[in-house]
Amino acid sequence: MAQAFTPALTVTSRQLLRRRRELPIPGDILVKLGDVVSAEQTVARAFLEGELCLVRVAESLGIGPAEVEGALQVGIAADVKAGEVIAQVRGLWGLFKGTVVSPISGTMEFVSQSTGHVGIRAAPRKLELSAYLAGTVVEVVGARSVVIEAEVAFVQGIFGVGGEQVGTVQLLNLDPTTKITEVNIPDRAPGAILIGGHSPSSAAITKARDAGAVGFITGSIDDRALRDYVGRDIGVAVTGDEDVSMTLIITEGFGSLPMGQRVWSILRSLHGARASLNGATQVRAGALRPEIVSLTPADSAEHVTGSCGTAGLVEGAKVRLIRVPFFGYTGIVEELPHDLQQIETGAWARVLKARLDDGRVVVVPRANVELV
Amino acid sequence: MKTKPEDLTAVLVTDCGSTTTKALLFERGPDRWRQTFRGEAPTTVEEPVADVTVGALNAFSEVQELSGRRILTDHEPPFCIRSEGSQEGIDLYLSTSSAGGGLQMLVAGVVGNITTESAERAALGAGAIVMDAVSADDAREDYERIERIRHIKPDIVLLTGGVDGGSMQHVVEMAEILVAAAPRPRFGDTLKLPVIYAGNKDAVSEVQRILASFAQLVVVPNVRPTVEREDLAPAREAIHEFFLSHVMSHSPGYDKLMSWSPKPIMPTPAAVGDIVARYSATSGLNVLCVDIGGATTDVFSVFKDKGGTPTFNRTVSANLGMSYSVANVLLEAGAGGIKRWLPFEIGESELRDRLLNKMVRPTSIPQTREDLFVEQAVCREALRLSLEHHRSLAIGLEVGREKGIADVFRQSSERYELVDRMNLDIVVGSGGVLSHAPARMQAALMMLEGFALEGVTQLAVDSIFMMPHLGVFSSVHPAGAYEIFENDCLVHLGCSVVPVYPPSLTKSCVLAEVFIDGSKVGEVSSGEVAHIPTQSQGEATIRVQPSRRSINVGGGAGNVVERRIALGECGIVCDGRNRPVVLAADTAGLQNKVYRNLGLLS
Repeated sequence: MAQAFTPALTVTSRQLLRRRRELPIPGDILVKLGDVVSAEQTVARAFLEGELCLVRVAESLGIGPAEVEGALQVGIAADVKAGEVIAQVRGLWGLFKGTVVSPISGTMEFVSQSTGHVGIRAAPRKLELSAYLAGTVVEVVGARSVVIEAEVAFVQGIFGVGGEQVGTVQLLNLDPTTKITEVNIPDRAPGAILIGGHSPSSAAITKARDAGAVGFITGSIDDRALRDYVGRDIGVAVTGDEDVSMTLIITEGFGSLPMGQRVWSILRSLHGARASLNGATQVRAGALRPEIVSLTPADSAEHVTGSCGTAGLVEGAKVRLIRVPFFGYTGIVEELPHDLQQIETGAWARVLKARLDDGRVVVVPRANVELV
Repeated sequence: MKTKPEDLTAVLVTDCGSTTTKALLFERGPDRWRQTFRGEAPTTVEEPVADVTVGALNAFSEVQELSGRRILTDHEPPFCIRSEGSQEGIDLYLSTSSAGGGLQMLVAGVVGNITTESAERAALGAGAIVMDAVSADDAREDYERIERIRHIKPDIVLLTGGVDGGSMQHVVEMAEILVAAAPRPRFGDTLKLPVIYAGNKDAVSEVQRILASFAQLVVVPNVRPTVEREDLAPAREAIHEFFLSHVMSHSPGYDKLMSWSPKPIMPTPAAVGDIVARYSATSGLNVLCVDIGGATTDVFSVFKDKGGTPTFNRTVSANLGMSYSVANVLLEAGAGGIKRWLPFEIGESELRDRLLNKMVRPTSIPQTREDLFVEQAVCREALRLSLEHHRSLAIGLEVGREKGIADVFRQSSERYELVDRMNLDIVVGSGGVLSHAPARMQAALMMLEGFALEGVTQLAVDSIFMMPHLGVFSSVHPAGAYEIFENDCLVHLGCSVVPVYPPSLTKSCVLAEVFIDGSKVGEVSSGEVAHIPTQSQGEATIRVQPSRRSINVGGGAGNVVERRIALGECGIVCDGRNRPVVLAADTAGLQNKVYRNLGLLS
C-alpha cells in the first residue's frame, strides 16, 4: 500500500470548489448556465409522489374483503378529505352504522379484494433544492441536477451533526485554547455561525442554539456534551440528519483539544462573511466530512492548504498526531525510516520520527499522523 | 481461461473490500496447493476514480512485482494466460466483493419466528446485510412499518409469508405495505426494485398483481413450505442472481471486472461461508468462525442439529466493529462492559473519548500497550454481542410429524438453539484485531473471553484473511482450496479448557486434570486462569478428567473428554472461571492477574 498515513482534511483559504445539487427524481431546473446564485437561492424543484396510506376497512367494519367495495362511499380516483367517511355499513336491522373515515387528505387509489385494505394517496410534496454554494452555475444536467462553482475558503472538520445551513460567521471573543462556557456565548446570535474555543459545555451549546445560531464550529467536544445536544449517543459515524436547529462541527476530535492553528487562521478571516456549512459525516470508504464553505475574502493573499494530495508525507512536513500518547500534538517530520519497526504494543509498523512543537522527538506509527 | 481443476496450476483471486482490494496468488506446488504471493491496493469504487478495476490492477501489479511472474498484459482481459509447461501467466482469475457496503437487503414475512426468521437466514446465508426484518406480527403499526421501509434503500427485498396451502391474507398485506412504502433501490434509481417472493405458493398470482407496477419480481419456492421444514436454497440462488445482475452491474467498473472471470463474482461473506461449511464437512468438526471488521462482525457456524445433520448459519452484526462502528460497541456494551476486561483502571470519560476518536480516525493504530488492551477489550464485547445475535438466529427445527394448526401456536417447542459451546470443536478468528494481534495469546484470550468458551475448544486465526479467496476458489477446486485452508490459512493457536460447574462449588479446588498424549501436564483450578505450554505445532491427544461428577468439561457432567487437537504456540489455556463469567468490582485487579498468568504483562 502506497500510503500508510491518514490523508488530511482539506483546510484551504482558496480553492475552486464545485458542488452538484441533484434532485432525487426529475423536476424543474430554475437556473441556467452562467447564472450567479446565492447560497439560499432555489435552483431546482420537484414534486415527490405523496405517501400512500393503508386503511384497514374490512377489519374496521368487521366485514370480509370482498364486501369492502360495496361499503365504499367514495369511488376510486376520487379526492377525499381527512375525517371524511370513506366506507360505511349498516349493522343489526339497519340501525347501527359502522363507518371508516380517511386519516389523511388525498386520492383513493385502490381497494384490495384480498385484504380489504383501501389505499389513499396524499397530495404530491414540493421539494425545493437550494444552491448551498454561492457561485456560478457551470453545468445543468437534464432535469435532474446543476453544478455550481465558486472560489472559496474551504475547511473540513473531523465530525459534525446537523445538516446544511447558511449563516454569517461570528467569532467568539476568545482564543482557540479556551474552553467555552455559557458566558462566552452571546445572548442573541440569530443566523450566526459561531466559531472559536473548544470543549463547549452543554449549557454553552444550548445557549448558542437558543440564541438563534445556525452553526457552531469549535475545536473539540466532550462526548457527554454531544449526547446532551443530540439527545442520544452517537454509535456509528453516519450523521447529518439529526433533528437539531444548529449544525455543530468539531475540527480536531473528542476530548479537550484546541482548534488547530491553520483552521483557526482561515476561519478567523471569515468573520462577518456569509458561509454555508454542513455537519454530515460519514467515516467510511468515500468518506464524507463536515464542512464550512465561504467565498474567498477579497483581501486573502495567503493560499494555505492542508490537503495531502501534492507533497504527501515527506521530511519537513507538518503533521498532527492523532492517537495517544501524543494525541493532538503537532510537529515536523524529521525522519521516515524505510523498514518496519516494532512499537510498544509489540506490533511491527511503518513509523516516522517527528519533532513536536514542544521540542520532544518522538517515534510514532505513520498511521497515527495526518498532514496539517 | 481454464476452469477444470486438473488444468489449474496458478490462480489469481481478489477480494474487493470496501477499503482494500486484496489479490492472492494460489499455485500448485510439487506436493500441494499453496498461497504464495499477496498484493493489495486501495479499493477504487468511490469517486474520484469510480472504477473497481483500477484498484484491482494495482493489486495485481503488486503480486506481479513480488512474485516475478508475468501476470499482466495490456489487452483485455488484462491477464497473461499460462501456456502448458510455462511458469508465466495465470490459468484463472476469480473474485469476491463487498465493496460499496456489500449486499443490503430488506426481508419481510408474516410470523417473526417462522417465515421472517427463515427469510433472514436465507438472506444472511447468501452474504447479505439485513437492514431490517419486518413481520406482520411485529409490534409495529402499519404506518411505522411503512415509515421504516421507506427510509431503507435496499438492493433487494425478500418477501415471504405463510406456509403452502395456508392463509394468504397476511402475506398479501405485506405486499401492499411494500407498495405503500415504495422503497427505492440503492442503485439504478430508474429501475424497479428487485423483489424475490418466497412465500405461500397460493398467493403468487395476487402478490404478482400487487407488485407488478412497482417491482421487478422473481418467484421462487417457499422458504418455509411447512412449519417444520425450511428450504432456503432457491431464495439464496435468486439473491445471488440479483446480486450479479443488479448490485454488481451498477457498481462502478464491475461490468469490466465480471468480464475478466469465467466464474461469477461472489459476495465476500458467502464465499467465507462456503469455505467454513466445506471445512466442517471435511473435518467433521463443529466450527464457529468470526470475521471482525471495522464496521461489521460476521459470525459463521456449523453445528450438528438434533438429527446429526451439520447445519450452516451465518449472521452479520452490521454495527459491531472495531473502527467505524466502535462507538456502537461502546453504546451496546456500556463503558463498564468494556472496562471489565482491562487489566488497569481507566476513567469512563477518557475511554469514551478514545473510542470516539478511533471512530472518526478509523485507520489509526494503538501505539501503547494500554491503548492496545482497550481495543482488545472492545473486541471481546463485539464478539460477545455478535455471538448473542448469532445464537438467536441459528435455530434448529424439530423434525417430526406434520403439524396441525394447533401446533402453529406452540412455536417455541419446535425451535432450539444450534450453537452449543460445550460441543464446539474449533473457533476461527479473522479480522485485523485477531489475526494481527501482536501476541497470539492476546487473540486466544479475546476469543476465550469474548465467546465465553466452554469445554475443550481448539483456537485458530486466519493468517491473512484469505477465507473469501478460498471460498470462491473452492467453487472450482475444492481440494486445492482445502489444502491451502489447512496449511496456509489456519494458524492454530492451541486449545482452551473450561470446566463448567455448579455455582454451589465456591471453594477453591481443582476442577480437572489435563493430560497430553497420556502424561499429566496440568490442572484447572476454580477461579484461576493458567497456561500450560505445549509444543507449538503438530497434533496431540488431549484428555481432560473432571475431578467431580458435577463438573462438565464437554462430555457431560463427570465425563472425561479425549480428542485429537492441533497444537499451537499458546499451548493450553485453562480457565477455571465459571460460566457465565461474573467479574467482581475489582475487575482491573482480577484481569491483571489473568494477563500476568498468560504472560501478557511481562
